[in-house]
Amino acid sequence: MHLLHLNLHRAGAINATAYGCFTGNKAQEIIVARNNAIELLRVEGTDMPKLVSIAYQPAFCVVRSLVAFKMVQMTKDYLAIGSDSGKITVLEWSAETGEMKAVHTETFGKTGCRRIVPGQYMCADPQGRALMIAAVEKQKLVYVLNRDQLSRLTISSPLEAHKTQAICFCVCALDVHFENPIFAAIEIDYGDADQDPSGEEAESAEKNLVYYQHDLGLNHVTRMWTTPISRTASFLLQVPGGALGPSGVLVCGENWVAYRHQEHPEVRTPVPRRKDVPPERGVLVTAGAVHKSKDMFFFLLQSEYGDVYKVTLDLDPTNKEVLDVVVSVFDTIPIATSLRITRRGLLFCASESSNHLLFSISSLATEGAVTGRRCDDGEIGDDSDSAAKVAATFVPSATLNNLVPTDEMESLAPIISMLVGDLANESTPQMYCLCGQGPRSTLRILRHGLAVTEVAVSDLPGRPAAVWSVPKHIPVSAAAYFIVVTFTNATLVLSVGDTVEEVSNSGFLLTAPTLEVQLLANGSTLQVHANGLRVIAGDRAPQEWRTPGRKTIEKACANSRQAVIALAGGELIYFRLDDTSNMLQEMGTKELGHEVACLEMGEVPLSRLGAPFLAVGDWTGAVRVLSLAPESLLTQQAIMDVPHSPHSLCLMEMAGVEAGASTAASSATSSAAPMGAPQLYLYVGLENGVMQRVAVDATTGTLSDARSRFLGTKPVKLFRMGQGALLALSSRSWLSYSHGGRHLTTPMSYETLQYAGTFCTEHCPEGIVAISDTFLRILSVERKGEAFNQQAIPLRYTPRQIARLDGQGDQQPRLVIVEADADEYNEAEKAEMKAAAEAESAKVKSEEDGVAPMDTDQAVENGDKPPPPPPDADGNEDEDEEEEEAMQMPIRGPVPPGPGKWASCVRLLDPAQGTTLECLELGNNEAALSVCPVTFHSRGGEVFIAAGTAKDLQFHPRSHGGCFVHIFRVLENRLVLLHSTEVPDVPLAMSEFQGRLLVGAGKSLRLYDLGKRKLLRKCEHKGLPNMVVSLNVMNDRVVAGDMAESLHFVKYRRLENQLVVFADDQVPRHIARSCLLDYDTAAGCDKFGNFFVLRLPDDVSDDIDNPSGNRVLWDHGMLNGAPNKLTQMTMFHLGDILTSLHKTTLVPGGAEVVLYSSITGALGAFLPFSTKEDVDFFVHLEMHMRQEKPTLCGREHTSYRSYFLPVKNVVDGDLCEQFGTLPLDIQKKIATGLDRTVGEVAKKLEDVRNRLL
Amino acid sequence: MAADRFNFNKSWDHIQAKFVGTGHGDTSKFEWATNQHRDTIASNVGHSDIIDYYSVAQNLSQGRVRYNLMEKMLQPCGPPPPKDDEDEE
Repeated sequence: MHLLHLNLHRAGAINATAYGCFTGNKAQEIIVARNNAIELLRVEGTDMPKLVSIAYQPAFCVVRSLVAFKMVQMTKDYLAIGSDSGKITVLEWSAETGEMKAVHTETFGKTGCRRIVPGQYMCADPQGRALMIAAVEKQKLVYVLNRDQLSRLTISSPLEAHKTQAICFCVCALDVHFENPIFAAIEIDYGDADQDPSGEEAESAEKNLVYYQHDLGLNHVTRMWTTPISRTASFLLQVPGGALGPSGVLVCGENWVAYRHQEHPEVRTPVPRRKDVPPERGVLVTAGAVHKSKDMFFFLLQSEYGDVYKVTLDLDPTNKEVLDVVVSVFDTIPIATSLRITRRGLLFCASESSNHLLFSISSLATEGAVTGRRCDDGEIGDDSDSAAKVAATFVPSATLNNLVPTDEMESLAPIISMLVGDLANESTPQMYCLCGQGPRSTLRILRHGLAVTEVAVSDLPGRPAAVWSVPKHIPVSAAAYFIVVTFTNATLVLSVGDTVEEVSNSGFLLTAPTLEVQLLANGSTLQVHANGLRVIAGDRAPQEWRTPGRKTIEKACANSRQAVIALAGGELIYFRLDDTSNMLQEMGTKELGHEVACLEMGEVPLSRLGAPFLAVGDWTGAVRVLSLAPESLLTQQAIMDVPHSPHSLCLMEMAGVEAGASTAASSATSSAAPMGAPQLYLYVGLENGVMQRVAVDATTGTLSDARSRFLGTKPVKLFRMGQGALLALSSRSWLSYSHGGRHLTTPMSYETLQYAGTFCTEHCPEGIVAISDTFLRILSVERKGEAFNQQAIPLRYTPRQIARLDGQGDQQPRLVIVEADADEYNEAEKAEMKAAAEAESAKVKSEEDGVAPMDTDQAVENGDKPPPPPPDADGNEDEDEEEEEAMQMPIRGPVPPGPGKWASCVRLLDPAQGTTLECLELGNNEAALSVCPVTFHSRGGEVFIAAGTAKDLQFHPRSHGGCFVHIFRVLENRLVLLHSTEVPDVPLAMSEFQGRLLVGAGKSLRLYDLGKRKLLRKCEHKGLPNMVVSLNVMNDRVVAGDMAESLHFVKYRRLENQLVVFADDQVPRHIARSCLLDYDTAAGCDKFGNFFVLRLPDDVSDDIDNPSGNRVLWDHGMLNGAPNKLTQMTMFHLGDILTSLHKTTLVPGGAEVVLYSSITGALGAFLPFSTKEDVDFFVHLEMHMRQEKPTLCGREHTSYRSYFLPVKNVVDGDLCEQFGTLPLDIQKKIATGLDRTVGEVAKKLEDVRNRLL
Repeated sequence: MAADRFNFNKSWDHIQAKFVGTGHGDTSKFEWATNQHRDTIASNVGHSDIIDYYSVAQNLSQGRVRYNLMEKMLQPCGPPPPKDDEDEE
């Protein structure tokens, strides 16, 4: 078994960010780390800034930390990456290749995320003179950065700043201007704690803020200053120095923010707390950013609940002494892994569990906001209880006061589970992803295809055949556009303004069907109708040209300067705009001798006076390319046979398509086209629903590199859209375009269209006007480049599992989702608390009327009311309100004081409508963790819902107050609890098994039958090692995944009523999910991001099913293991925990794949190879790629993919697909090594992806 | 051969000094477990997908999960067992 790994949807989660200007030109750019890739995002636009992805580069290593630094007098930032490669990598933007290129890769340690190998933390001196890279424990290295004569970056050998037995929490560089660079670190020493049996040393262990100074003169690093800081400190922020500020650091931790600097007393401020956060709980600052401008600076900090605080320092007039650290409540936004403020004051929030957001800061005024000020009372400790006494309190507001969201970047992370199936009856399966966490949980329905926005729909009289849109040529009402619709015997002209109206005086011939409408370069409009050509200029009478001998025009094509018609019988007539008279003139004719099936000429290329080629298809299945050059007018240049008669043609240039294709095409002229240069392609749509793409040589017209793709069951109609896109209509509509250097052909998620044209107006620059049945539709496609479109349905709590509930009879299938949130009050409790809080605040208010308010109460009261609207947002009141409505941010409600509190519900959902039919809250502090539909053999086909719950569940160590399996009946879309049965341990996996319910509860597997009052235990197996987390069944076999001991194959022996483990694995694997591939084979993934396939050996499988003689098959193996062992078929490290695995096909007729979703929001597939030849090709391609394409951080690809166990029988498609990004000579070298041409390699890569989607 | 053995011991000391957590003949169960836990935590903190996984399970923010793990590095297995006097046994 050999598999190919292909990514289908990139991970959405961001784990580190760096802000800078990487490409130059003063751009505001953010580089984000997506676990094992980096992406360069640029902020574009001024009034509504947007994030645009500039480059995406897989790194094939774990990217842990990013830091941007700029050398003095340089305009571009460098990026340093701390990864698991044991190397420090410095990257620079390379404009030629359009990607970040490594300029330095220096090895300092072993690979892997190890305790003492640096890479976890990194910071750079603001002047770009040195950078520090630190490990979780002990090691810190300082690299000195410099420039050589050619002003290239040089990097020194590392200077050590190690401290044994010291755990490091954070590092940060100080702004010291041009003094010796200083780095600050938070450290804690465990040496004493390890030696003290009483535990007192650990209790009293001190956290220290340590300054490391790099002495530029002596070129060494010294531990310069150490001071004890708050025990909970965990985060440092640089305080600007020089003329702007006092330098030093802001130490953030639980409950406190403190300013620290050498020879400066500590100034600490309690962080304002939410009113509903109990005093037992801390408020941990987890992210922060600093903004500097010429004359001021401020910080934005975010707490673990999502509240953003603005921090300013009150300085004395010399700017050297900090008088106060002012922490004021700013806004509440999604919890971020990282915050960045750009130069122009935009805030980028890399969210943990929702879409990433870009905000503009509309106001910095914090008058009236709840504000914390310094607390000098040395008696007050660092703990939450003490902090709660002195901290200001506030009520978070769901509306934003100071921030305005300007852009959103979609992210599916975290995907907790996924279900694949065609529940909405659309012939292609949908993916139902459980995404998000807490109040931001959603069910996202993913469909393959581009999202289409419907701009307008109008009904037409009769069934139209074709449609065009042209700018108006006569002043008719306020319309800017005509839409010309043709029927089989007439033409209709509509004017499009605010309304769509029929126009009769447009100049178009309305009594005959139209074949083509085209705006000419001289400003007039050409209409080709069945009997002739008509040129309509606004001010003159239409000019008419009639066909000779009353022949009818069969086919026509035109562009802004040329027109070609084909008459019945196969006569071609070529027209051209004459240069002198500026009128359309007949230039030549040609008798083909056979009927023409389709004609196409393409647009006039830039800086030319006409399209160079005409493509003609005939019914016998040949496509000819004729020249339109005056010296060789209508002579044949090339011919191509196609497997079926062509239905439509399209000649167009595609920009930025992979170099492979362009080389193949230009090889004839041996002029190597530069990478990404536009290439002329001929697209042929065939009668049988296949589209072919052929590269056309721009000078000779020769055809090469044919690629075909099946689009649907109907003949393919092709239409050229604006901006280098091609629309192909068959039984599905497809858009073919190039995006991010790749050529994509993606279906549109819309109904079948019969005909289409471009529709370009101010509001809708990339619109499509189309016909489906009798309707005229105006559409637009926005999110190009995404293979899937999403529909999100909000959920109440973190979803845990999803199950499909098939209806009886013709009822549509429904979905059941169990949701559970740890550390959360449920809806009823929240409502109660809210009511209580309201009553209390009313009471406080009435008291305030009489008595002068106290400070904190004042703050509370202010917090209740949103501050007045920002001064610069002086607009319409109503509009503001509407805007605010849209800015609602879900806020995590009151938080319980301690662990062990749960809120949970079971939800029944209609996937077609996206509506919740029933949502049952579970009381009693129960958490629903698993769900499955079950049909009991004794209950005549009725489908029940089984939900596994645990009461008072706690982790570390796991404990619970009783676990249950609830059985629900589904009666008319209601869930009705039938009964509950107690089980011994947490039921994390359940499955229907031979008309009974199989429950994996802790170490035991139990088989239940339905009873009247509870489930009846029929059979039990108690011997699984730790805990059952996944169950897959087939026939009489069960595959049980253990939390730490891999998969177990279990057989149910019906006669003896026994569950027997007959095979297990040789390697302990911490199973996360598993799925069955066939009777003997199971795929699984573990907690460390590995994917593997395990198989039962053939002879064992046979022996188990047909036990022969008296062989004792059921005895124990060695060391309490099973008698048989599974063999590992494949192994692959993904670097991402998989949260679901499904064996499925993604499109009808597509290849069967193992589809996965991952916690970081990626979707991908493992595609089995069907031939030895393919295996051979891809294995060798991968081998070449490993040699020719150095990975970004210098981590060896094989070593990364073999992170925990050696990679086996899986080819990394992500690496192979980088083939297109290599320079041409290397592409050629690899292709030669593979005995193929570059075009063939590129084609093979494209084909393999097309088999999937 | 003897020289090799001698050198081996010498480099052994070096390895123990250089790589924290390298065991020796007298490694106690506590030391071994503590080292293993610290190694595991360091690995978890380095892999952000694992932090993400834990954060969803516990409904805590990723920053909090990372902080809790890092705090556990100080004494992952509790205080060391009281030292027995070897003579008593």
